[in-house]
Amino acid sequence: MSTSDHDHDRERDSEATFGDYGGQYVPEALMPALQELEDAYERYVLNNEDGFMDEFRERMRDFGGRPTPLQRADRLSERYDRDIYLKREDLVHGGAHKLNNALGQVLLAKYMGKERIIAETGAGQHGTATAMAAAHLDMPCEIYMGRTDVNRQRPNVYRMRMNGAEVNPVEAGSGTLKEAINETLRDWATTVENTHYVIGSVVGPHPFPKLVRDFQSVIGREAREQVQEKAGRLPDSVVACAGGGSNTMGTFHEFVPDEDVDLYAVEAGGSSLEIDAESGVAPNSATLSTGTDGVLHGAMTRLLQSEEGQIMESHSVSAGLDYAGVGPELSHLVDIGRVTPVSVDDEAALNGFHRLSRLEGIIPALESSHALGYLERAAGTAADTSSGRSPRDEESSEELGDLVVVNVSGRGDKDLETVLEETEKRDLEAAPEVEVFDG
Amino acid sequence: MTADSTGTEYDSDVEAAIREKHPALITYLTAGDPSLEDTKAYVEALDRGGSDLIELGLPFSEPIAEGPTIQAAINRALEAGTTPEGFFELVDDLETEAPLLVMTYYNMILQYGDEPDVRPFVERAAEAGLAGIIVPDLPAEEADPLREACDDHGLDLVFIVAPTTEGERLETIMSQVSGFTYVQARLGTTGARADVSTATHESLERLSAFDVPKAVGFGVSEGDHAAEIVEAGADGVIVGSALVDIVASSDEPAVDLEAKARELKRGARRGADSITVDPEDTPEPEQP
Ligand SMILES: Cc1ncc(COP(=O)(O)O)c(C=O)c1O
Repeated sequence: MSTSDHDHDRERDSEATFGDYGGQYVPEALMPALQELEDAYERYVLNNEDGFMDEFRERMRDFGGRPTPLQRADRLSERYDRDIYLKREDLVHGGAHKLNNALGQVLLAKYMGKERIIAETGAGQHGTATAMAAAHLDMPCEIYMGRTDVNRQRPNVYRMRMNGAEVNPVEAGSGTLKEAINETLRDWATTVENTHYVIGSVVGPHPFPKLVRDFQSVIGREAREQVQEKAGRLPDSVVACAGGGSNTMGTFHEFVPDEDVDLYAVEAGGSSLEIDAESGVAPNSATLSTGTDGVLHGAMTRLLQSEEGQIMESHSVSAGLDYAGVGPELSHLVDIGRVTPVSVDDEAALNGFHRLSRLEGIIPALESSHALGYLERAAGTAADTSSGRSPRDEESSEELGDLVVVNVSGRGDKDLETVLEETEKRDLEAAPEVEVFDG
Repeated sequence: MTADSTGTEYDSDVEAAIREKHPALITYLTAGDPSLEDTKAYVEALDRGGSDLIELGLPFSEPIAEGPTIQAAINRALEAGTTPEGFFELVDDLETEAPLLVMTYYNMILQYGDEPDVRPFVERAAEAGLAGIIVPDLPAEEADPLREACDDHGLDLVFIVAPTTEGERLETIMSQVSGFTYVQARLGTTGARADVSTATHESLERLSAFDVPKAVGFGVSEGDHAAEIVEAGADGVIVGSALVDIVASSDEPAVDLEAKARELKRGARRGADSITVDPEDTPEPEQP
C-alpha cells in the first residue's frame, strides 16, 4: 500500500471511528449512500448550508415544542436529600426525545432529495416520531417493528398508522429491535437509491452515530445552560438510560469536556445480569456492563454475543432498551473511563416508574424509569429498611453528589398496559393497588 | 501461482478454476442445513454436477444481506448447533474437485480465537484447505486487516460490486479484488428470481474494462439465466437460494442438487457458445 493510501486511511479513521469502535460494516450496495449521507451531514448539519440547521431549529421549536424545561423535582430532592433536576424530554412532541433525531433526519432526507423514509422501532417511540416527522414534511414512510414489540406497544402502532405510516411487523427471532433493524437494512439495500433510512439511535454505520448524536445533543446543551441558570453551577452528575444510547449521548455530549461532571449510563439489567451462553439468551440488555467487542448492524461496538460470535436475544421489560448492541461512541467513552455504565433490573425500573408518577405527577417511559431506578439505588434513604428494600450504596450515593440531572427521555403512556401487567406479577413497594384497574 | 493445462499461470486456485473452466458455475449452500453431515453429501453432489467453485456459508445470527430463503437455512443450521469448529471440520473432511470458499459475516471472523482478531480464523481456514473468503458486510474500506491476513496465508478475498458501485469506488475495489469479482445482479438481498435484472447487463458493461474474472450472483436460479448472464459477458454465475430451496423441499436433495448443477452449467455453456458463434452466421434479429 502506498503512503498516500495510509494517509487516507488515517484521515478516514479519525472521522469514522471512536477509538476502536464505529466504522462502516455494511453490504457494498449501501456504501455510496453512506458516502452521500456523510457529505450531506457535513454540508447541512455541520456547515448549515442552505440554512438547514436554522430550519431544523425553527421546526423543533414550533412543531416539536423545544426547549423542554429543566424542572427541579421537589419531592425527589427531599427524598434523596440533594437537588434533583429532571430534563423533561417527555414533553417533546410525540412524548420522547426521539423526535429531535427523527425530524432532523427526515428534514435532511428532504434536503438530499430522497423520496421515501424507512425506519425501525423498538418501543415504537422512534417509529412514532419518524411517522410524525414524515407527515409533517410530506414524505411517504414505512416502519419495521418486531412482533413482540408490536404486541407490547400497541398505542404507538396506532399512532404511527394515524400519521399515515405503514407498519411492517417482523416475525424473526424474538421479534424485538435487533430483528427490526435487520429487516430495515434489507429494505434499504433494495431501495437505497431513493430511500433514506432514519436510524433510531446512535448506532449503525458511520455517519449515523455522529449524526444522531448531533441532533440529540440539544438535550444536553439546553440542560447545561438551564442548570447553570437555576442552580448557579454545573451538576455533579448526569444520569440517563441507555438502550442504543441516543438520549444518553444527547444528554452527555455537551458535558463530556466538563470532567468534574460524572456521567452515568443506566442499562436494563432485565431479570439478571447472568448470561445463559448455552441458550444464546441474555436475560438483560446490559451491553456496556457485560458485553464484548464485535460487529453488529454496521459498527464495531460492545455486544451481547456468544463466544462464537452469534448475537444474543436480549431482554428488558422496556422495549426501547431491549437491544444487544449499543452506540460505538458510548462504548469508547466507557473504555476511556468518561462514562460509568450501571444497570438496574426490571423491578427497580418498575418501582422507578411508580415512584415518579406518585411523587412528581410525571408518568415516565419504562426506558427512563431505569434512570430513576438507579437514582433510588444510589441515593435512596439508608434509614428506610422497613420495606425490605436494600439500603443505598453509600459509595454510589457520594459519587452521585449534591446536584444531579436526570434525563426523563420520554413519557410512559405507551407503557401503561405493560406496567399494569408486570406490576401485578410482583410485590412492588412503590406501586399502587393495580387490581382496582380491572373492569 | 497456479498453472493450468495450457501452462498459463494464474494468481490463485480460485482464479484458475474460473478461467480454466470458463464459463464457471459457482454454487452456494449453508453449512449445517439441516446438518453438517447432510451438507457434506450435498456439496459432493454439487461437485459431481459440475460446480467449479463452491461457497459454503458459515451461519451468523444476523444475516442482513440474505433474503428469506437463506435466512431460513441459516436458522436451521444454527438450530442444528452448527459452530465454526464444526464447519472447519466439515471442510477438513471434504474432498472436492472444486475449490471451496467460505461465505460469512465479519463478526464470525473476528470472534474466532480468544480476542477479536481476524488472524486465527484465516489461519484455520487455510489449514482446512479453503481457497478464499467472501464477507457480505465487509466493504473495501474496512478490509485491510482481513486482506493482509488472507495475503499471508494465500487465501483470496472476494469483493462484491453492487449496482450502486461506480466511479472511484469501483476502481479502488477492482484494484483490491483477488480470485474473482462478485457482481451483485440487482439491489437487495439474495433470493431466487424469475428473470435476469437489467442491472446485471449495466454492471457487466461498467466492469468490462477490468481484467478480473467476474461472476454474477443474487437471483440466478435457472439454466436460461446462466446462459443470458454469460452471454452478457460474465465469466461465471453464482447460484445459492435456488439450491437452498432444493435442500429445504426435495425428497432426494443430493440427486436433485446434482441435476440442478448440470442444468446450470449447461446453461452457462450455451451462453458462452452463443458468443463464439460467428455473427455472420446468425440471422439479423428482427427489429420491432
Ligand atoms: C423514551 C425512550 N427512552 C429511551 C429509549 C432508548 O433509546 P436510546 O438509548 O437510543 O435513547 C427509547 C427507545 O425507544 C425511548 O422510547
